Amino acid sequence: MYLDIDNYIKQYSGGEVLYSLRGDFDSSVINNIFDNIEEKMISLNEPYRLRKKVYNVLVESLQNLYHHVDNVPPDFCEGKFDKYGLILIQKEGECYRVITGNFVRSNHYKKLKDKLDKINHSSYEEIKELYKYILNHQRISVKGGGGLGLVDIAKKTASKLNYTFLKYDEDYLFYFLNVLVEENRDESKWDETNILEDNGADYNRRNL
Amino acid sequence: MEPIIIEGTSKTPSVKFDPNEGVFELKGRSIPENSVEFYKPLVEWLDKYQESPLEKTSVDINLEYFNTSSSKCLLDIFKKLENICRAKHDVVINWYYESDDEDMFEAGEDYESIVRVPFKMIEIAQ
Repeated sequence: MYLDIDNYIKQYSGGEVLYSLRGDFDSSVINNIFDNIEEKMISLNEPYRLRKKVYNVLVESLQNLYHHVDNVPPDFCEGKFDKYGLILIQKEGECYRVITGNFVRSNHYKKLKDKLDKINHSSYEEIKELYKYILNHQRISVKGGGGLGLVDIAKKTASKLNYTFLKYDEDYLFYFLNVLVEENRDESKWDETNILEDNGADYNRRNL
Repeated sequence: MEPIIIEGTSKTPSVKFDPNEGVFELKGRSIPENSVEFYKPLVEWLDKYQESPLEKTSVDINLEYFNTSSSKCLLDIFKKLENICRAKHDVVINWYYESDDEDMFEAGEDYESIVRVPFKMIEIAQ
């Protein structure tokens, strides 16, 4: 089976790429990305508020990937990878775009999509209340995940979540989360956020 | 009880819990992947402290970042402080936030609304 990641990514070409990786993600890879991006943003003299927001989104996106990435399909890249993921961070004008991607088993698809849609179909005030509710009521998982990551990203960016699922085969999809981070949070724009939602569309496939 | 003193790292905060002074401090960044491993001993320590706390306990939370995994562990700590408060001992949580950090300010307000412990929001220059 093939997976055409490039076809998705090229929709967002034109920004200044700060970091891009496709491969196995473990703790040391993720820590390296945090340090790398923080240094780069400081060297670019980015405002403190923007650096902090990008860092927050990066932490939650990558730790989400770390906690929830499913094992890769057995026929993917001849078994070369174990916990395959993707990260792209790029500067677009005064904003930063953070795209993460990972495999998701088909039987996990509905639960994830429902979570994303619940966030996107809520008002911003409801998101703030949802955050507090999950914080106060949901138990932390054995892996350390708190169930708050996606809500936190939406809350801190005041933007609905852009996501896409690419169907790989009957058992796997590839899930992209695409977050645009601005320095200032404008809650009034929440309802105007342009959402790209996808329902596991069968994109053209090409070997990686 | 022995105090807890832990040096901060790039991913975990410095910790100073002094049972003789009733002053607790968490400072720095808290972004471990699994925060339970880091915070469990602190929560257990507070379990013991709450058996005979000082009349006044002051808790300084001065975090630059914390991930959502840590946010749950922080709530566990605050719930222990709530027990101390409920037993009619004075507790205050001093929540530090940088002057234009709306997210950190809001996080403090969120905890304040959930936990029955007095909060003091303290603005610091960036």
